[in-house]
Amino acid sequence: MSNVLTPTTADAPHGVAQARGLFDREILAQALSGSVTKLDPRVQARNPVMFVVLVGSLVTLLEAIAHPGIFTWSITVWLILTVLFANFAEAMAEGRGKAQADTLRRMRSETAARRRRDDGHEELVAAANLSRGDTVVCEAGDVIPSDGEIIEGIASVDESAITGESAPVIRESGGDRSAVTGGTKVLSDRIVVRITAERGHTFIDRMINLVEGANRQKTPNEIALTILLAVLTIVFIPVVVTLQPFAAFSGASVSVVVLVSLLVCLIPTTIGALLSAIGIAGMDRLVQRNVLAMSGRAVEAAGDVQVLLLDKTGTITLGNRMAASFLPVQGHNEQEVADVAQLASLADETPEGRSIVVLAKENFGIRERQLEPGHVFVHFTATTRMSGLDVGGRQIRKGAAESVKRWVREQGGTIPSDLDAIVERVSRAGSTPLTVADGADILGVIELKDVVKQGIKAKFEEMRTMGIRTVMITGDNPLTAAAIAQEAGVDDFLAEATPEAKMALIKQEQEGGRLVAMTGDGTNDAPALAQADVGVAMNTGTTAAKEAGNMVDLDSNPTKLIDIVEIGKQLLITRGSLTTFSIANDIAKYFAIIPALFAIKYHQLGALNIMRLHSPQSAVLSAVIFNALVIIALIPLALRGVRFRAANSAAILRRNVWIYGVGGVVVPFVFIKVIDVVLVALHAY
Amino acid sequence: MAFFLTLLALVVSLGLTWRYLGSYMAAVFDGRVHFLGFVERPIYRLLGTSPEQEQTWKRYGAAVIVFSGVSLLFTYAILRLQGWLPLNPQHLGNVGSALSFNTAASFVTNTNWQNYGGETTMSYFSQIGALMVQQFVTPAVGIVVAVVLVRGFARRSSSTVGNFWVDLTRCLFYVLLPIAFAFGIVFVGEGAVMTLAGTATVHDVLNQVTQTIARGPIGFMESIKQLGTNGGGFLNANSATPFENPTGLTNFLSIYLLLSIPFALTYTFGKMVGSVRHGVALLSVMALLFGVWVGFTSFAEHQNNPAVAAAGVHSTVGNTEGKEVRFGDTSSALFAVSSTMTSTGSADAAYDSFTPIGGMGLMTGMMLGEVTPGGTGSGLYTLLIYALIAVFIGGLMIGRTPEYLGKKIQSREVKLAGLAALVMPVVVLIVTAIAVSVAAGRAGPLNAGPHGFSEILYGLTSQGNNNGSAFGGLTGNTPFYNIIGAVDMLLGRFAIMVPVLALGGALAAKNVVPESLGTFRTDNAMFVGLTIGVILIIGGLTFFPAVSLGPIVEQLSHGRFF
Repeated sequence: MSNVLTPTTADAPHGVAQARGLFDREILAQALSGSVTKLDPRVQARNPVMFVVLVGSLVTLLEAIAHPGIFTWSITVWLILTVLFANFAEAMAEGRGKAQADTLRRMRSETAARRRRDDGHEELVAAANLSRGDTVVCEAGDVIPSDGEIIEGIASVDESAITGESAPVIRESGGDRSAVTGGTKVLSDRIVVRITAERGHTFIDRMINLVEGANRQKTPNEIALTILLAVLTIVFIPVVVTLQPFAAFSGASVSVVVLVSLLVCLIPTTIGALLSAIGIAGMDRLVQRNVLAMSGRAVEAAGDVQVLLLDKTGTITLGNRMAASFLPVQGHNEQEVADVAQLASLADETPEGRSIVVLAKENFGIRERQLEPGHVFVHFTATTRMSGLDVGGRQIRKGAAESVKRWVREQGGTIPSDLDAIVERVSRAGSTPLTVADGADILGVIELKDVVKQGIKAKFEEMRTMGIRTVMITGDNPLTAAAIAQEAGVDDFLAEATPEAKMALIKQEQEGGRLVAMTGDGTNDAPALAQADVGVAMNTGTTAAKEAGNMVDLDSNPTKLIDIVEIGKQLLITRGSLTTFSIANDIAKYFAIIPALFAIKYHQLGALNIMRLHSPQSAVLSAVIFNALVIIALIPLALRGVRFRAANSAAILRRNVWIYGVGGVVVPFVFIKVIDVVLVALHAY
Repeated sequence: MAFFLTLLALVVSLGLTWRYLGSYMAAVFDGRVHFLGFVERPIYRLLGTSPEQEQTWKRYGAAVIVFSGVSLLFTYAILRLQGWLPLNPQHLGNVGSALSFNTAASFVTNTNWQNYGGETTMSYFSQIGALMVQQFVTPAVGIVVAVVLVRGFARRSSSTVGNFWVDLTRCLFYVLLPIAFAFGIVFVGEGAVMTLAGTATVHDVLNQVTQTIARGPIGFMESIKQLGTNGGGFLNANSATPFENPTGLTNFLSIYLLLSIPFALTYTFGKMVGSVRHGVALLSVMALLFGVWVGFTSFAEHQNNPAVAAAGVHSTVGNTEGKEVRFGDTSSALFAVSSTMTSTGSADAAYDSFTPIGGMGLMTGMMLGEVTPGGTGSGLYTLLIYALIAVFIGGLMIGRTPEYLGKKIQSREVKLAGLAALVMPVVVLIVTAIAVSVAAGRAGPLNAGPHGFSEILYGLTSQGNNNGSAFGGLTGNTPFYNIIGAVDMLLGRFAIMVPVLALGGALAAKNVVPESLGTFRTDNAMFVGLTIGVILIIGGLTFFPAVSLGPIVEQLSHGRFF
């Protein structure tokens, strides 16, 4: 079920996560029309950088109409293309979400619901008319009409519509498995559900809104970056506008078209054009991993997390303990212990019991025996704390050491002298000892081991290099917890954890200024999920948990918390890197445009034309064309995100400064020259 | 060789000053220095305040504005009324209104742009009571504003940032007055004039001419002129005259004094935020850029002036036009770069006569926003603004909400830092555009073409950056230039100070995020490089077109006169 190391996204396209190619034809077509409809000034005004480009293109358009010429028209066309390319980038990012939303909408087809009235009678109503507090009845084959909680019955439910996981899950009233989601299908039995969602606010409605980006709010860092980009835009307006009087003083004249071109080239259009696409794509990447973030803020916070609270079971260890060895006491051998242990576990259907049978078979060749009519299985109870089998007069038991010892003494048996030492040793190693007795005779101990997930240690090592501390949360005693913590390589652990202790730990970390992320599914996790900066609720969990958290993991895989952190970081890195790239580009553009700007008055400035561009007009046009094309060229990067590798901050920074900073200085020199050569070759100039 | 020995002596003496003056200032502003308590206490009683009464950034900022506003009125009033005031042996008349406004704005903003010749315009009372008083208090205001920003980083979840009146008093009595007094004695000892007697009249019998020689209380004004990065000299010729700058030692001390506090404040910063490494990082940013500019300009001045060379004259001692023979080409370049990159603006040579690219070195030194090392206090706080922008971009590049010294840099901080960074280029470019567009402005420069443009651009860049050095050639004492210059200076000072104070308040209110391996390091070479990048990009990209129309064209014209 939980597979950290095989990326679920790439090879398992399912459910919401319809993995589509980056340039899916359908999305592409929608995006093309979207880039035109987004020319609406009200849409453009939200993005100060592109708004300036739009206004600039209108100015050159008027100029082109008043004084037509190839140059003026070329510039005008390329400026309009710059705006369209930016719109296209955003539409592409949105389109991917829209495609997913459509799939969801089809699912939320007009279902009929059997509402139970107060008098106990049932009536048929449309699902859309259900309101919070209504009770509905669902039987095998019905689609559950809305989100709710089972108040009666048990059923197997197909949740593939949401999670993509085809194996049905069991949902029952009471406890932590009582939540059902609208749009999922009951496969067997009959349940009564109390609706917990308001009309139009069901889980699927929220998902649709989310993937469509309908009410997408800018995240804090995005707002801060938008402000910085606005500053970088505002500062270049006087730079360019004052050039006119400066030139006039020098006896030169500068055309408005060239000034607008200069302005557009200087303001950070690359990042301005791609900023919202990066944000939408970041959310989309989460959705593709079957994680629904309730706010973009949470995704960003994930990148800032410094402490990860991870539940031991299911996240760090495989869900169940497994028999690892048989340890005989004096006077007995391993074979005997294995034989009796297997006998005791024959009817034990718990995973632990099964693992004992399997270990005995694999290591000692003891064939699995069949239960015979004379065999009586003794169930585990909280009072006896033992289970076992009665075969004829033989009573075989396995259980906690203290219970088995008491039971043996009651029968007049003696306790082997080395038993306590063995039990102690097993506990200290982080395993669970089960003592095995045959009648009054204690044979030995079964060691049940928590199995740490493969590869998890390396993952924690990565977290550590990124400066993230991992804390294991477990109900085990401190001894056991310490041993597992060591084996898994977590930085710290919280043993015998209660919901209160968990909450106190989160608060303590937050008071130290750290951001905390955790996963949870139970109702008693809800307060901690709400307190944590990033709370990921499992989809299998209770409604309370899902409402308290700010993300829901549809696969209910707690290990995914680590992926979420990486996605959060990648989102910020992509923005930062493209901002750097965008600003670094300005240097080459200056060297292209400044000599061209004053070419007539001051031919001496030709010395600055280090790219040896053909003519002033080809130089300006090449810079503008480069500026527009670079947006298109970077769309895949914006949608996919900058490649992220777990490393410490210095290494990540060095890498990105080289690629996007130094690269950002060099690349435009090369490509502006290439575009200039092409323009000349086409005899455009 | 002598030049390199001078550099070596400068590096050693500044290094020691950085370490010890830096930690001393940290102690002063942390309230750990009390030896003048008997002076402090009565002042606080008079002002009705005490070190325990801390202010929010708004109250602190209001105090800065009120204090500076009163200073402006006070200075203006003295200049306007000087004809009726004492200590006026030459019976100089009242100063005109436009010039008084420009001069008052100039001295209250720590600019010391002088549209007048001191000896022929200002009475001793005006020089001492109006101008020299401002030369003491304005660097103090700059330093305490920087201290507020530093406290923003040093404090945690604090609603207050200090007490303006206490900080100002401590800065004056513990830092500026004692150092200025000590060095004043050295200047006077070396021969700088110090008298309240009027001008001396000398009759040259041989040549049958009578000369009037200006004198005055010059020596003690000299030390605070340099120490406070003021730059406004008593005499028109500033540090080029032997009365202000009599010997090689005073010339060296001038350079040393004007660089000392701006550099030392980085140590103070490191000490106060609890990480000297962070102070070293800022020092490196300042020193690297400063070093490059000194090298560049010294090299340029060591060459022949292209205009002179074009006339067929070849000098073996560099470009000596407009330079004091006592100091020579490279040393004058060192003084000039030190003075223009610290917002001091004093001069021991005529900057107008530098080679075009040498002059560009001085002009661009100011265009970087006066952060290398910049003015007293203003250099540090402006540099921190650029550092925050570098941190923001760099922080995003590692995938974290950017933080500097544990303080998260979010929208409010970016907004304030962006605003503060925006002010200078926008103001300077706009006032320059106005000046070149109107007839009154076009009448200013002596030369035509690119050199004339350079003269206007230099003058308004100098005032907008609160530097005060003059390129020469620009006739500034006209109503137009007096008023536009005053606006330029006031905006360049206070439109930056207010967001800086707000930033200090916003940062002080924040809690600290503990450092981890995932934190963007702000005390290493990468950070230094990024910050230098931001300074060069903001300064360079905003002024490149303008500079290309001035000095660059001139240099590329190979000695054509304009």
